[in-house]
Amino acid sequence: MILPIAILLVCQLIGESLTRGLGLPVPGPVLGMALLLAACLVAPRLAARVMPTAQGILAHLSLLFVPAGVGVISHLDVLGGAGPALLLVLVTSTALALIASVLTFVVIAELCGDTVTPAPEEPSS
Amino acid sequence: MTPLPFPEIWSYLSREPLLWLTATLFAYLIGDGLSRRAGRNPLVNPVLVAMFLLGTLLWMTRTPYSTYFEGAQFVHFMLGPATVALALPLYANRAQIRRVLLPMLAALMAGSVTAIISALGIATVLGIDGPVWLSLAPKSTTAPVAIGIAEQIGGLPTLTAALVILTGIIGAVIVTPLMRLMRIKDWRARGFAVGVAAHGIGTARAFQVNDTAGAFAGIGMGLNAMLTAILAPYLVSLML
Repeated sequence: MILPIAILLVCQLIGESLTRGLGLPVPGPVLGMALLLAACLVAPRLAARVMPTAQGILAHLSLLFVPAGVGVISHLDVLGGAGPALLLVLVTSTALALIASVLTFVVIAELCGDTVTPAPEEPSS
Repeated sequence: MTPLPFPEIWSYLSREPLLWLTATLFAYLIGDGLSRRAGRNPLVNPVLVAMFLLGTLLWMTRTPYSTYFEGAQFVHFMLGPATVALALPLYANRAQIRRVLLPMLAALMAGSVTAIISALGIATVLGIDGPVWLSLAPKSTTAPVAIGIAEQIGGLPTLTAALVILTGIIGAVIVTPLMRLMRIKDWRARGFAVGVAAHGIGTARAFQVNDTAGAFAGIGMGLNAMLTAILAPYLVSLML
């Protein structure tokens, strides 16, 4: 439990130091993720060791966004008078980005002759 | 110890991180419980439920956000290690990922450019301009990167943070109905798209629905953080 957390923190620490030191346009934790991936590829035992903790954290990834979300609710006035217009922009633009991205993925995958692994039915959402 | 009257207990609790840390966990548990009970219906998003519960509680107790955050920061801090932890689903799905490298990069390009251009374009039509307009450009990327980009191009960092969080929630709520409507059954494509368009909150939603989707969402989020940092300043200058 402690070792896997220490490994995650070390990767983040190296990532944060590198992005700051080299002025890279990548957030420290994203670089840390790349580092950990590389480390797992070199040493598969590491992956086996960290996997249960990583799965535990990621299963509740939503929780980690709650404090920032409460910040938005408490500061809705930053949206100002443009609030409704901004929401309209966000909804439309997010939908368009989802559509563009997913269609490109599916079409190019098909062109590459990749057969879609059939998706199991979703939980009755 | 003599028992304290309630106002004094409150004045202790309202100063310590304990109360708001506990409240954050319980608000999430309630949100997650409701979400499960609703069969993971996208409208019952755990983040959204917890946000409203806590927002109402803060408003009722007149607690400033800064006081709340002293407790909630421990949860917030875990975002960094959780991002690093995304390496493991990536590792577990490495064979699948290698097979669809080209579709992924194409989808990244399409999603990233569409997110920036459509936000700026629609905002222009609606008469939004100036720093507010600029703050919209990085809205689909993860918060720390988005704030950095906003500062660089002359947007408003606080507004950007709010727009980013709202984009994440919107993406997490609309992705399932939208993909159903489009009859997309490929979890890799669905996950990747929501990671590109709605960063970590979209990724959290993807993990709720399907592990493969979650892994691909994590890559989409990471790659779009890099691409938006490069593209946004350029696309903004084109559209000014």
